[in-house]
Amino acid sequence: MATLLIPTPLRKFTGDAGAFESQATDVAALLTDLAQQHPNIRQHLFDDSGELRSFIRVFVGDEDIDALSGTATALAPDTQVSIIPAIAGGSTHL
Amino acid sequence: MSMKPLLFQAGALTAVVEDAEQSFPFECCGFLFGLITPAHRHIEEILVVHNQVETNAARRFAIAPADYMRAERHAVATGLTLLGIYHSHPSHPAVPSIHDLRVALPMFSYVIASVHAEGLVGLRSWQLNVDSIFSEEPILNFIPTPWLHY
Repeated sequence: MATLLIPTPLRKFTGDAGAFESQATDVAALLTDLAQQHPNIRQHLFDDSGELRSFIRVFVGDEDIDALSGTATALAPDTQVSIIPAIAGGSTHL
Repeated sequence: MSMKPLLFQAGALTAVVEDAEQSFPFECCGFLFGLITPAHRHIEEILVVHNQVETNAARRFAIAPADYMRAERHAVATGLTLLGIYHSHPSHPAVPSIHDLRVALPMFSYVIASVHAEGLVGLRSWQLNVDSIFSEEPILNFIPTPWLHY
């Protein structure tokens, strides 16, 4: 059973739940499972083509899936997965 | 949609202002923690984090994923809610830029400190409304002085 930690600003879409548990065996299936059970979160995770949005990072344990196998990263039982929103910005002028 | 006003605990407000002023001419950034009451979003404390932008830090900020995870753990440990982000706009108004909007998240307060070499000149807070447009949240206990420009 993998546990997915939901970032605070997206908990509005999971009924205020901070964690989501799933039997998924890879990251893609885990995120799909989440979006199926909480459809309103989908637009915040995926773009119109179904790709993970560029400002959403996913960590398995303390490792970014970009440094692993992306959304194909396999999940061992009891793995903790985190959705990490990019936090960035700045003033208008370059 | 009207936004619920922010009410800062005095120490948290002072800490944001100090970070903005001491970081000038570079952008500072950090997290806001507190409680949502029927009337307010009450900011109890802040967590200062490193602006990980290495070039153009006077005009951009970014927070490392590890710092974001630290903030979520801090919220759990303290029993407070992660309510948002603050950052500064050195020599620019305390209004969100296109760069701020691009990655803005629902439900978060975005507090922006406008700071010049002489010190703070403005402090405003924004939150995405239902149309994903920034809407201002009043900060009840920040009183702009008459000479403030922004």
